[in-house]
Amino acid sequence: MANLQFTELAYTDLNEFIYGQAKKPVVCSNGMVIGGGTVYPEVNLTLPTMLIDEETMPKVLSQYEEMIHGICSKAHELLSPGIIIEIELLPPCTFNPQWGIDVTKVVKGVMNEYYTKFGLKSLLRMTVVDVREGKTLTHMYKGEHWDNVVNTFRGCAEAGADFLAIESIGGKHLHDEAVMNCDLPKALFSLGVVGCRDMITLWDEIVKIAAETNCIPSGDTACGFANTSMVMAHKNFIPKVFAAIDRVMCAVRTLVAVERGAIGPDKDCGYEGVYLKAITGTPISMEGRTAACAHSSSVGNIAACLADCWSNESVENVRLLGGMAPTVYIEQLIYDCRIMNVAASRGSALEMRDILAESDRMFDPQAYILDPRVVLRISQEIVQGKTHFERTKIAASATIKELRAAFQDGLLQLDAKELKYLDILEKQLKSIPDDEAEFTKMMLKNNTIDKFDPAKYDFNIDSAAK
Amino acid sequence: MFDFSGLSNAVIEGDSDQVQTKVNEAISARVDPLVIINQGLIGGMNVVGQRFKVNDMFVPEVLMSARAMNDGIELVKPLLAGGEMTNRGTVIIGTVKGDLHDIGKSLVGMMLECSGFKVVDLGVDISPEEFIQAIKENDGKVLALSALLTTTMLSMKSTIEECVAQGMRNDIKVIIGGAPISQEFSDQIGADGYAGDAAAAVELVAKLLAS
Repeated sequence: MANLQFTELAYTDLNEFIYGQAKKPVVCSNGMVIGGGTVYPEVNLTLPTMLIDEETMPKVLSQYEEMIHGICSKAHELLSPGIIIEIELLPPCTFNPQWGIDVTKVVKGVMNEYYTKFGLKSLLRMTVVDVREGKTLTHMYKGEHWDNVVNTFRGCAEAGADFLAIESIGGKHLHDEAVMNCDLPKALFSLGVVGCRDMITLWDEIVKIAAETNCIPSGDTACGFANTSMVMAHKNFIPKVFAAIDRVMCAVRTLVAVERGAIGPDKDCGYEGVYLKAITGTPISMEGRTAACAHSSSVGNIAACLADCWSNESVENVRLLGGMAPTVYIEQLIYDCRIMNVAASRGSALEMRDILAESDRMFDPQAYILDPRVVLRISQEIVQGKTHFERTKIAASATIKELRAAFQDGLLQLDAKELKYLDILEKQLKSIPDDEAEFTKMMLKNNTIDKFDPAKYDFNIDSAAK
Repeated sequence: MFDFSGLSNAVIEGDSDQVQTKVNEAISARVDPLVIINQGLIGGMNVVGQRFKVNDMFVPEVLMSARAMNDGIELVKPLLAGGEMTNRGTVIIGTVKGDLHDIGKSLVGMMLECSGFKVVDLGVDISPEEFIQAIKENDGKVLALSALLTTTMLSMKSTIEECVAQGMRNDIKVIIGGAPISQEFSDQIGADGYAGDAAAAVELVAKLLAS
């Protein structure tokens, strides 16, 4: 199994750190190169209000077929150089792997049809739901839940998926509690200790399946983690500075997928992907203003600065005035990609990147930490850490330092409440010992088994410290 | 007349030590235990609820206040006559069958608890039968259903239909919430109400139980 160590940044020159270009582009069998100079649209879609069960599966499949026809037809009409379609499987289609496989076959079938008839190049990302939670979960790495995840991955890969991805959830319940309480040590334990260890086991399996099925292991995201913080901050339930720090800490966890052999493009909803790109050179998918159909954010433009694929997060198949929503969204994505690609071909990519960054970064710390300059500075600090725990701790500390400096220099607006929390979170961070085993003991002492059951993770303190 | 402002302020500040000091002062002054709870502790928590609603407090601050209030209640509890308690009603809450989203539902549960309701949180992926059983076992007055997926919203309808089939629909108020949910959907499936966020859910529960 891969165990790559990234101790230096893939990028040292800010001028090379740009959308559409990755140091390690992903070359696909149909000729599309992700991160090779062209930003591609990546459309993500979901079903309208309907149940998924054995009886409704034929209707489910025809919904997918209709959506992909609409998308491919529009992409062909607009002469897109290529598209990526992401299907985030819904829970029943992972609990029943065959249903996920059937969805893959239908979707890929339509994509192949448009390639054969019209030469439309497309790639399919299948994102399996991480169903390893709930009352009936017996273990994270064996038993029915694990088997369903693994079998769905394998089946989807064999049915024609080009990329395999997941939004994994190891340590998520600890993290939920940490978000509710703005508890930085608990968030760090969830991400830098429990989450990273879970990622190792999970991604070793995904990479193995990908190798055996000639599929590309693309990447993971902190959707269940930093995106929860992002949504909570957006509703003013928690401070935005917590969400910003949490996002950067999540980068270390997401990076584990690449350490274990994932090669990208990283998944759209992982805004921390920019750190992944800085450290590993892996191409990334990002989402911003075009994801407003799924959730609001404060990073609508700045998220595009380093994107190699440009996504809409998810949209349900409902009728809008302009047509069915997934078709409407591929159109928006294609136009966004066109303008970025034309800017690049005119030699204006850096200017475009900086305009995108400048238009957002001042108004929210979550936007500020996506600025390419800031990303490179913090990433340089992160790679100094020797362990995932150390790196996650450094990520938090470097982000706090950056946010404070940005406020003092007038580069970032923070109100008094946000500043108060910056102090609180810095104090919390200082309370965390440097020794991982000592920290783990400290965290387990106050842990309740409903939030984190070490036995289900085969977790022990000694191996956590290694 | 005991001055409750210090106690209420300590709850608002989430200062557990100060809450306990003030409660002990009230007990020493022989203030009626129920009055200590209602005017001092819940009085403070009501202010917290209002401030949260207008974005003047964050969730962690609300939770600190709730913990401080509960520490105060623990001191008063032994002094209450049998049967006297402050539970405003029991809410059974959970994410419906097929849906694994947790945190929005948990947030609503916490805010309800902070507001004096007893909450039984069943977790995620809960079948109609499990909801029914919990209502029976806990004498639930409100059923709060959460869903975040367009493909699980209809499980809310199945759950309400099960309440009807079990002959308990008139005895329980059903509220629903989650990203794809709307008042229109609530009306369609025969729920008693929809809440767009945690603060609105607390108001809705209070209103439904008062009626």
